[in-house]
Amino acid sequence: MIPPAFEYLRPQTIPEAIAFLQQYGDEAKILSGGQSLIPMMKFRLARPGYLIDINRIPGLSYIKEEDGYLKIGGLTREADLENSSLIHSKYPIILDTARVIADPQVRNMATLAGNLAHGDPANDHPATMLALGARVVAVGPQGERVLPIESFFVTLFTTELQHDEIVSEIRIPVPPPGSGGAYLKLERKVGDFATAGVAAQVIVGSGGICQQVGIGLTNVGATPIKARKAEESLCGKKLDETTIAQAAQLAADEAEPSSDLRGPAEYKRGLVKELTLRALARAYERAGK
Amino acid sequence: MICRTSPEVGGMGHSIKRKEDLRFIQGKGNYVDDVNLPDMVYGHMVRSPYAHARLKGINTENAKQLPGVLTVITGEDLAKANLAWMPTLFFDKQMVLATGKVLFQSQEVAFVVAEDPYIAADAAELVEVDYEELPVLVDPHKALDPDAPILRDDREDKSNHIFHWEVGDRAATDKVFEDAEVKAKVHAVFQRCHPAPLETCGCVADHNAATGRLTIYLTSQAPHAHRTLFAIVGGIPENNIRVISPDIGGGFGNKVPIYPGYVCAVVASLTLGRPVKWIETRSENLQSTGFARDYHMTAELAATQDGKIQAMRVKTLADHGAFNAAAQPTKFPAGLFSICTGAYDYPTAFCEVDGVYTNKAPGGIAYRCSFRVTEAAYLIERAVDVLAQELKTDPVELRRKNFISPEKFPYKSPLGWSYDSGDYDAAMKVALDTIGYDALRKEQQEKRAKGELMGIGISSFVEVVGAGPAHTFDIAGIKMFDSCEIRIHPTGKAMCRMGTKSQGQGHETTYAQIVAQELGIPAADVTVEEGDTDTAPYGLGTYASRSTPVSGAATAMAARKIRDKAKKIAAHLLECSEEDLDWEPGKFFVKGAPSKAKTIQDIAFAAYTNMPEGMEAGLEAVDYYDPPNLTFPFGTYICVVDIDKGTGEVKVRRFVAVDDCGNIINPMIVEGQIHGGLTEGLAIAFMQQIGYDENGNVQGGTFMDYLLPTAVETPHWETGKTCTPSPHHPFGAKGVGESPNVGSPAAFVNAVVDALSHLGVKHIDMPIAPWKVWNILKEKGAVN
Ligand SMILES: Cc1cc2nc3c(=O)[nH]c(=O)nc-3n(C[C@H](O)[C@H](O)[C@H](O)COP(=O)(O)OP(=O)(O)OC[C@H]3O[C@@H](n4cnc5c(N)ncnc54)[C@H](O)[C@@H]3O)c2cc1C
Repeated sequence: MIPPAFEYLRPQTIPEAIAFLQQYGDEAKILSGGQSLIPMMKFRLARPGYLIDINRIPGLSYIKEEDGYLKIGGLTREADLENSSLIHSKYPIILDTARVIADPQVRNMATLAGNLAHGDPANDHPATMLALGARVVAVGPQGERVLPIESFFVTLFTTELQHDEIVSEIRIPVPPPGSGGAYLKLERKVGDFATAGVAAQVIVGSGGICQQVGIGLTNVGATPIKARKAEESLCGKKLDETTIAQAAQLAADEAEPSSDLRGPAEYKRGLVKELTLRALARAYERAGK
Repeated sequence: MICRTSPEVGGMGHSIKRKEDLRFIQGKGNYVDDVNLPDMVYGHMVRSPYAHARLKGINTENAKQLPGVLTVITGEDLAKANLAWMPTLFFDKQMVLATGKVLFQSQEVAFVVAEDPYIAADAAELVEVDYEELPVLVDPHKALDPDAPILRDDREDKSNHIFHWEVGDRAATDKVFEDAEVKAKVHAVFQRCHPAPLETCGCVADHNAATGRLTIYLTSQAPHAHRTLFAIVGGIPENNIRVISPDIGGGFGNKVPIYPGYVCAVVASLTLGRPVKWIETRSENLQSTGFARDYHMTAELAATQDGKIQAMRVKTLADHGAFNAAAQPTKFPAGLFSICTGAYDYPTAFCEVDGVYTNKAPGGIAYRCSFRVTEAAYLIERAVDVLAQELKTDPVELRRKNFISPEKFPYKSPLGWSYDSGDYDAAMKVALDTIGYDALRKEQQEKRAKGELMGIGISSFVEVVGAGPAHTFDIAGIKMFDSCEIRIHPTGKAMCRMGTKSQGQGHETTYAQIVAQELGIPAADVTVEEGDTDTAPYGLGTYASRSTPVSGAATAMAARKIRDKAKKIAAHLLECSEEDLDWEPGKFFVKGAPSKAKTIQDIAFAAYTNMPEGMEAGLEAVDYYDPPNLTFPFGTYICVVDIDKGTGEVKVRRFVAVDDCGNIINPMIVEGQIHGGLTEGLAIAFMQQIGYDENGNVQGGTFMDYLLPTAVETPHWETGKTCTPSPHHPFGAKGVGESPNVGSPAAFVNAVVDALSHLGVKHIDMPIAPWKVWNILKEKGAVN
């Protein structure tokens, strides 16, 4: 479990980090929490020649509401999310997600930005961010780009990020009253990646009519999946047993799972259905509170 | 009855804190990887990516060019010293480094030694190996097909068949089955598992060319036996070998075999004249070292209509992987599997086992069980449940009807064991009362009516441990006695050295308590040392729950020898005859005059300062104990599960474990052993498998996929006990470390099957992952 040799660089500012990225091109990799990258290096599956450690760049760790967005810094750790009173009171779906990622040791290091930037469909935050309609702020040589999460994930381990861009912030629209969300994950044991996971966020108007809904799926395809048909089926409808069951079936149809040690594809599809059902029910319940 | 010493003395029955834990919890343990010697260098193993391939060539030049690399050893190099192969512990041989071909993924191919572990890892990548892939054999059921590839072309016998072994009366058994009113049959696979000790295997080999001595710091459960094997295989005089097994971070059978890495480190140290450290990674441990189980079993029971079991018939296929590297007594190709007739009284049985080779890692070792006892206990306890289903009777009732009754002990089992003692119904009763069985069955009925799934699983297992009597038990020819040497110092403190080796079982505490019990010297004043072959008496080591039954007995016997001498000294000091003396733990006193007494400490001092004329100085004794029989611990475990129909998840709601291991030395340690073993059983039942795909790629070769339960997955264990002492053990103990691993898998599986039995489900193979349950529910139409 020893990685190949690499150079270690520790920039103090974002521009300095970007300069390193430009200088070393494809050979360079950003190191944030290191909880995905370092295991891959130890297995010698990733062999960056240069590690650019952004952990000492000041001012990148925060959780705040500003200009109608919840803003989470590029170096904010899972443990920060887990311990934030703002997240506890207003964003239970994010708390649901952070809590089921790995174990406390990993969560002390792992960052939300890294969890998205890694582009791993098995990671949990992508589904939640899809449900919440988040935006990813990327800083590069040309300045800042704000990337909608819907088009952020390209293929396995590939995102919209350019190699010389750094995620500096994640923005989530502040949910209006009547909102609720939940993330549910089935794992083989604590600390495992999801056999399947479902994030659901709803905005419920008067009369229980669903005004907006976001559904994201974990680890049932080459990328995190936004279950658009399921979402559409619920918009403008009253959330009840029938409509939720319909949406759950549609989400299951949208999943593209493959068989592996976590179970056969058919099972995972069934799981998406069941978890969508439960996540929507819980989101609806939370919306009422 | 065992007399109870004061808490200060801390003899048997006292839950004193483990003496070894202070250093462990303070990070002051000393494991093999903590051993750092001057000038030490580091080995790294190059392993095969293929499960079956011809080795066309190995180019080590680039690796050797890397600065800091000292040597690269290949199979061809070893062959020159006749060391390319080594014997296994079971009549087979195993490649140290591959020559000709590789037979399993992750097989050892070359050994790189460098100045530091980083260079060694880089150099290992530079070793170029030219492989030509060969057809792969994964399924043991296909091993004997005429078109199966022959794996072991080194053997005279051109077949993948290793052995056939049978026991019992085939004809009589067949006859009972022909006439039987009711028959039950189950095909159960006990999947390939891995003990996965938290500390992986490794060694530091240190050959001193000046003295000729070879010191090996080794992750060994059996340091003495390993010393002898190194002497025999390596041709090194045994007095020049010192094996030191320092603190060991879990073994569970995984650290009984000798592994290629050890041999390579020794060879490298001999050639380089420097200490060589080799420590496995987690993946190397899971993928190449001793696995357990992989038994493909069919059991049948014949019974009368009113539920009396009449006979058992067992047919089993044993997958040993590429080499038969089972570590077990030589007369038992399938270990003690013939304990499979269980806790039940019937006269007729027949059991046969065939071993085969496949392109998988070699084994299999006894993972926390006395050689295939876990497989056996699982099989009979599953089969009894299937029979209960056939008979439409309650599984508890069926068991109670068939239990061997207490007055029948010693009981001769149909496959030849002589069970020492037991009261199976007593343990069953405690378990039923604790869990509230009748209420649970009622609740199950109500839940079923509502479409909810809950199940209750029972396992009334019998173990056979403490190998074993010299007339039948040996490993590689060495009889399975074990030993203890006790030295009492002039100030009355004691040093105790053993032939066994703790890997976390708490020996430093329990052996001290035995000495405390037998001699009245406080356990706190007794230092127990194991693992250094230069100082400890010879013994076969720790596995098969044999430490208490064999070395524990040796400890009592050695202590009693000391007591005999102490009595003579006491008589001398008290100026009376030995016959006038009585003993209570800690002192001899004159009969009828208890104030005229000499404590063991007084006597110890006198043994060096004032011994009777003609008596040798000192107060010490050694005992090599040959047990007259094995011991047969038992118990009843009851598990209650709830099943989530939507996801297939099984939740263990309650688990009651009632164990009977005879007289108990330290109840807290016993409970800790039971907790640990139950947690392993849970993992085996629900989570763990070393699987292989059709190309022989290991599935489950890292902790990402070989799942170790944490506190989150582990339910609350409720423990209880009954006490039926072993009649032949010096203080009536039986051994307990393995019972929970042996007895629990059936309880878990029986509970899940019970939850689904109304749907016609009779068996589910482990590990019972949620998807398996969900698939069954789907197939049976219980979910849509
Ligand atoms: C044992 C274990 C279990 C785990 N289980 C889970 C789980 O259940 N669910 C889950 O979601 N995750 C899990 N993880 C992954 C963990 O959450 C990762 O830490 C996370 O996915 C990546 O975050 P990081 O900060 O550690 O990123 P790193 O490992 O440092 O980086 C990951 C990748 O993202 C890039 N990157 C990182 N930060 C940035 C940035 N700011 N801008 C641009 N690129 C960046 C890196 O260059 C690298 O390619 C687990 C990890 C471990 C070790």
